[in-house]
Amino acid sequence: MTAEFGLAALWLAAALAALQLFAGALALTRKGEALGGAVRPAAVVQGLLALASFIALVIVFVQTDLSVKLVHNNSHSAKPMLYKLAGAWGNHEGSMLLWVTVMGLAGSIVALVERRLPEKTMLATLAGQAFVSLGFYAFLLFSSNPFTRMAPAPEGRGLNPLLQDPGLAFHPPTLYIGYVGLSIAFSFAIGALITREVSPAFARAMRPWVLGAWIFLTLGIVAGSYWAYYELGWGGWWFWDPVENASLMPWLAATALLHSCSVLAARNALRAWTVMLGVVAFSMSMVGTFLVRSGILTSVHAFAVDPERGSFILALLGIYIGGALTLFGLRASTVTEGERFAVVSRESALVFNNVMLSCTLGIVLVGTLYPLLAEALGQQVSIGPPYFNPFTAIFVVPMLLVMAVGPLLRWRRDEFGRVRKGLILPALAGLLVLGLAISWKPAHVLPVIGLALAPAIGIASLLPLRGRKLRQVKLPLWGMVFAHFGVALSLFGMASDSAFTSEKLVAVNVGEKVAVGPWQIGLKSIDPVAGPNWTALEAVMEARYHGGDAITLHPQSRSFWSPPQQTSESALVTRWNGQLYAVLGDESEDGRWQLRLWWKPFVPMIWFGGILIAFGGFLALLGRVASDLRRIVARNKISYRRQRQGR
Amino acid sequence: MKRLLIALMLLFSGPLLADDTMPPAPYANRQLDDPKLEAKAHELMLTIRCLTCQSQSIADSDASMAGDLRNQIRQRVAAGEEPETIRQWLVARYGDYISYAPQVTSLTWPLFVLPAVLLLLAALMLRRRFTRKEP
Amino acid sequence: MSEAPTKGARWAMWLPLGLFAGFAALLVVGLMWPADKTVKSRFVGQPLPEFNLAAASDDRPGLSRADFVGGKPRLLNVFASWCVPCAAEAPQLEALRQAGVEIHGVALRDHKPELAAFLARNGNPFSRIGADNLSVVQVGIGSAGVPETFVIDSKGVIRHQHIGVIMADDVPKLLAKLREAEQ
Repeated sequence: MTAEFGLAALWLAAALAALQLFAGALALTRKGEALGGAVRPAAVVQGLLALASFIALVIVFVQTDLSVKLVHNNSHSAKPMLYKLAGAWGNHEGSMLLWVTVMGLAGSIVALVERRLPEKTMLATLAGQAFVSLGFYAFLLFSSNPFTRMAPAPEGRGLNPLLQDPGLAFHPPTLYIGYVGLSIAFSFAIGALITREVSPAFARAMRPWVLGAWIFLTLGIVAGSYWAYYELGWGGWWFWDPVENASLMPWLAATALLHSCSVLAARNALRAWTVMLGVVAFSMSMVGTFLVRSGILTSVHAFAVDPERGSFILALLGIYIGGALTLFGLRASTVTEGERFAVVSRESALVFNNVMLSCTLGIVLVGTLYPLLAEALGQQVSIGPPYFNPFTAIFVVPMLLVMAVGPLLRWRRDEFGRVRKGLILPALAGLLVLGLAISWKPAHVLPVIGLALAPAIGIASLLPLRGRKLRQVKLPLWGMVFAHFGVALSLFGMASDSAFTSEKLVAVNVGEKVAVGPWQIGLKSIDPVAGPNWTALEAVMEARYHGGDAITLHPQSRSFWSPPQQTSESALVTRWNGQLYAVLGDESEDGRWQLRLWWKPFVPMIWFGGILIAFGGFLALLGRVASDLRRIVARNKISYRRQRQGR
Repeated sequence: MKRLLIALMLLFSGPLLADDTMPPAPYANRQLDDPKLEAKAHELMLTIRCLTCQSQSIADSDASMAGDLRNQIRQRVAAGEEPETIRQWLVARYGDYISYAPQVTSLTWPLFVLPAVLLLLAALMLRRRFTRKEP
Repeated sequence: MSEAPTKGARWAMWLPLGLFAGFAALLVVGLMWPADKTVKSRFVGQPLPEFNLAAASDDRPGLSRADFVGGKPRLLNVFASWCVPCAAEAPQLEALRQAGVEIHGVALRDHKPELAAFLARNGNPFSRIGADNLSVVQVGIGSAGVPETFVIDSKGVIRHQHIGVIMADDVPKLLAKLREAEQ
């Protein structure tokens, strides 16, 4: 019954989305104005129905109802509860249902609280949101129904062991929420284009959604990168793989959008550009989904690959993005760019960084898709780190430099001389590290640049707080400080990893000792262990940092039985100044065990910095939402008073 | 995990369906004694694409063929060959597919002028954005 | 308030749509007409590299480059006992042998007992089998998997590469390639 209830709720939600679209579109015409009143309630109920449908799917998975095809294909009664839950969204159909649910709920919230835009713009926005949702409802109902029944089977096939990992249980939904959040920004952009209302109010209405989406995208990328780092077992954390790039591209666009929103909100400039980025950010989300689902490019991370799904997503991509860009071509020339500003000004710094982010996005997009173009021309090329690292650095390095200075500048017009004094300290720090780094005779330029830039922008990111009373600093400013400091930290981790990592690949007997970096590691024993749905060989290792106390590590080589697969579980020791990474390999013929060991100085800073970036976003969001709420309350008080006075 | 991925990939690619039980080649998982040579070899391995596991470099792969390639690269580097010569040697056999470092060819030159094109576009669009005088 | 002039920027407004159209076309082409993803050897047309492999089985000698020089064109078959499809092409290899083709085997990363069992089960069409335990020959001729079959002419030059299992209808094709290599 639960499955049927879920399916019914899904159909109803789709019907309401259709109502929302048509009522919204008609209300924009003179004749249909009366229909406008139906749009907001339809949006709210649509979101709740989608949620009901998703809850039904989760229940079906928790009960392991094997008469539902999706459960049979992706679950198993012997699986831990966390992964039964994760099974609900760890597959194509379930993740699409999660997609429409998040989209519907976000639409509900917009419909309930957003009142500062002109009503017509809101109607156009909600109609746009319904239009986007409808495509995904159609996708679910006609091609990826999660509730399809089958003859009950004795047991399920289990979840891919790859996905049986806490990190991966939450990494895809986090990214998805980010992707979907950008659909709201997209709808706002459409609404603004249709009604030609691109204003600071539009930027303020859109900004919390962009911030929210951006926070989730950041966390999703951080989680995905850390997962790849400890799960793949070779110590790498970013491979420029097509699927990784698919998550990076929306993030780059959203980062640019976030900053151009600030310019539009504060200074009524960059109007067409902001709208454009709203469209681009969501199209990158759709491209990301397409690349992952279609399997058009070979990737380590591709799962649930299916060309038919690919063509459906591609069709949606064509309709939405092609449509939006046509609308942009028609309308954008009537949306003027707004206020101008001087070359040295806060706006100018933000514009520069917007351009650099967009160019980085361009490099990643073209580099990711170029092998496809080559294939279409009958050739094969591979584009990897040797291309992406230097070519993105061309834009990222100047961007980071400007990021250090920009927040110190005033809006509209400023003199560089005014901020020059403040920058002496970060510049000195950067030059000092640069000198040190060069004296170590580095093999590569990029890590050196990274090592020098990190302290400079780290210090510079704190400068906006100088001379202020910290208790009076507003949350959005704190947010910016945290996020920019996070960038510096993350950069430091990346540079340090590529400059200072020590690697040791050895075959040892039980009882032998190995040195890697400052660590002494002894292999104590190899024991068989068993988990809920796997067995493993587990190495017991004793590690001593500079001869200090012994720390025990347990890397495993795991065998799952449903479905039968092998994974290697690395063991990590995290210290403030780095991470020890140990992997157990195979046994060689002479009875020695293959070990892979790395000492990676400061590598956790990569993800810690990423979390700080997201936290900065969260503070900014909190600040914005709080001030929005205060305004809503104040407005309600005023209208309440007016009502009473009127009576 | 790698084995799973390899197995998955092979399901699609056809030819190989099982993995062998042969122990890895001498230098597949063993570093060269000279750290300088090892660094040279490792850097090259990071940019050579694994043939049986698709989107990975041979430096991060458990596939046996990746191990054999690592072995060959380490031995060649130890014998004094330059990494770029080894890359060309591999490209002569497998085409540009095997190298993650695209070469400038009639096919790939747009990749290398892309930054200039992007900057030009940006400059064109921003040309009128700035003002030198107080508006 | 000074609004930026809009004339002259019109082309820029349509630029995104233009770029997107090209990009979407590429995705459509990639999705509808997926390209062949097999990695082909670029070494076809080149002489075999120098190699000398030890015997992989007790009843057949090992294999070196010299074994391909002189006489008629031959086949070089890269196979392994652990490769399931390799068993599937055994009848076709046998048919080729009966058609008078000399087939040299390169056993990839294989153990002697397992290889012997494989040959006992599926027949042994090979006149020589070299043990390529480190994929030296495989990489040397640009082969990316098993099974693969190469046509080698009497000068030791690689003339053709067949990727994957030899199906029944591939037999005449390979015979034609062998004849071609004779000229």
